[in-house]
Amino acid sequence: MSAVIESHGHDDHHHGPAKGLTRWLYTTNHKDIGSLYLWFSFAMFLIGGAMAMVIRAELFQPGMQIVEPEFYNQMLTLHGLIMVFGAVMPAFVGLANWLVPMMVGAPDMALPRMNNLSFWILPFAFFILLSSLFMEGGAPNFGWTFYAPLSTTYAPPSVTFFIFAVHIMGASSIMGSINVIVTIMNMRAPGMTLMKMPLFVWSWLITAYLLIAVMPVLAGAVTMMLMDIHFGTSFFNAAGGGDPVLFQHIFWFFGHPEVYIMILPAFGIASHIIETFSRKQLFGYASMVWAMASIAILSFVVWAHHMFTVGLPLAAELFFMWATMLIAVPTGVKVFNWVTTMFKGSISYETPMLFAIAFVVLFTIGGFSGLMLAITPADFQYHDTYFVVAHFHYVLVPGSVFSIMAAVYYWIPKWTGNMYDERLGKLHFWLSFIGVNVTFFPQHWIGLAGMPRRIPDYALQFADWNMISSVGAFLFGASQILFMFIVLKTVMGGKKATPQVWEGSRGLEWTVESPAPYHTFTTPPKVN
Amino acid sequence: MNEGSKKTIKTLCFAVLGMFTFSFALVPLYNVFCEVTGLNGKIELRATSNKNIEIDNGRDISIQFVSHNNEEMPWTFKPSEDNIQIKTGKYHTATFYVKNTTRKRMVAQAIPSVAPSNAAAHLKKLECFCFEKQELAPGEEALLPVRLIFDDELPRSINSVVLSYTIFDVTDYNDIEFAQRNGDYHSNHEMEPSI
Repeated sequence: MSAVIESHGHDDHHHGPAKGLTRWLYTTNHKDIGSLYLWFSFAMFLIGGAMAMVIRAELFQPGMQIVEPEFYNQMLTLHGLIMVFGAVMPAFVGLANWLVPMMVGAPDMALPRMNNLSFWILPFAFFILLSSLFMEGGAPNFGWTFYAPLSTTYAPPSVTFFIFAVHIMGASSIMGSINVIVTIMNMRAPGMTLMKMPLFVWSWLITAYLLIAVMPVLAGAVTMMLMDIHFGTSFFNAAGGGDPVLFQHIFWFFGHPEVYIMILPAFGIASHIIETFSRKQLFGYASMVWAMASIAILSFVVWAHHMFTVGLPLAAELFFMWATMLIAVPTGVKVFNWVTTMFKGSISYETPMLFAIAFVVLFTIGGFSGLMLAITPADFQYHDTYFVVAHFHYVLVPGSVFSIMAAVYYWIPKWTGNMYDERLGKLHFWLSFIGVNVTFFPQHWIGLAGMPRRIPDYALQFADWNMISSVGAFLFGASQILFMFIVLKTVMGGKKATPQVWEGSRGLEWTVESPAPYHTFTTPPKVN
Repeated sequence: MNEGSKKTIKTLCFAVLGMFTFSFALVPLYNVFCEVTGLNGKIELRATSNKNIEIDNGRDISIQFVSHNNEEMPWTFKPSEDNIQIKTGKYHTATFYVKNTTRKRMVAQAIPSVAPSNAAAHLKKLECFCFEKQELAPGEEALLPVRLIFDDELPRSINSVVLSYTIFDVTDYNDIEFAQRNGDYHSNHEMEPSI
């Protein structure tokens, strides 16, 4: 469908959604697909979260308490895979589906049928992955990084199902990114130049390019594993002339851009929310765009900082250390821009703003521990300890996940037409904020003291902080049930939202009614 | 759909295919990179072609020999001497004792690795048991020789070198032509622990 054709009165079936279950199965509407992605992501967040609860319950006290070590390893692996590929990434794709067409003034995504396909293959991928729990030998147990030969020679038979699940997830991500890029590059409203695009759109444009560049590399890595396991090749098998370290190079060549895929859209979200609730124009729009682009480019030349301890030559260790530290510069630009935006603003602290401010503060803490890890000689001490666990949970949970929650509170009045319950929203924020810090902050200390990660038991001196960490995790986990309740309550009803919703909000999505009509911008708006 | 969208889609599809191909291209690129730079402690699995590198007044180098058995490789495998002193520019022959402790005929392949890795390019071998597969009958034992030399360009900061061999059970890999692949297959990593 062309972007400029108006829908006419006689196309009645185009005006509202179809009825029944098939609406969701056959839908090509970006708003429907956005909602599907978001609900799917929330379901995965709860499943992955339940696995985290098993992990924290086991670590509540030293010694083996609840589960077998083999099962603990499976929980650990699936928790990582599900949270990365099932919760965080689909949530951002869902937000992109809902918001990118409305923000650029397009009637829908560029490839609506492929959009449907890229969502509906995801449940199958995770069905395959989760079904491996019931297979002989159990689910994958080699950690979400699936280092060969642990994931080839020593893997349970279910590894083949894991490989196909990753293939499907990759295909879904690639199709989603192609859709986003084509929409942004070709379907912007007249007058919306690239440097006038909302920052969320910019962040997703860059993210989509990263996905296009690295998801095929991940597919290549798991394909090589498949061939090593079943077809007698020796990509990662030293006996046949392969090299296990090569696996780590390929994996992290995908893996490091991947971690920015999970944070760049969060940067976009935070920029919108901080701008709105500070009632000021965002400080340094152009520098925000350049910072995101530099972070994306640098992400391709820092991968080996994940493997300082494999025995890299000195020159490589120095290069990857400095390149990694260089990333702190554009990231620092972003943090200072957010702070400057808030400076002397008329700030009000609604729930989205609370989450956004917590995002800036806690993500920065995660960034600092990342800088510590970038120091090669220090990394030999921190490597594979709970310090690393604390670091990446600080950037992923109060980083990516908080930004997703902030986005839900910020845009849900636009999606449902109803305001959420502000009191419950704030309660959810404070419970999550306290929970996340009580969970992960002590892990810095036990990590520095030498507690290794991915082990179901620990030395007695770590007992107190582990118990506190587990209590925090249970609090954080339970408060997400409240989140689900708040969202459901808002979907059912509540105070009606105005089109603009927030006093300081700006952008095309706030010019349409709340809830947003099923079809928006069938006639492109004019942007000045 | 307009022409611009079609063009964007085509470009992106090529990018996806290109990156998938690139992931496989990383395998030879990695090996070539390691071979050219001598990083990673990889050494060639073929005899040196330059036989005129002997000199008379070389300096002292200490070599430690280390042996590893991969996975559940049951053979006994150890160096005859753990530590020797040699001079650069002088050939020396060292031996490794090996015994097939099982009741079946087995084939093994030894993979060398050198630490520090910048010594790898200067370690030349005239002959080595790692150049070919070793087949032993049940209970058979053997003394496997390696004839090696350090050229005089070995960096002066290096006084001590570790030469490590990991022995792999390749009985079931008989169809793989190791000898033909000598030039382009490489050792396990120097830091790979014995399992």
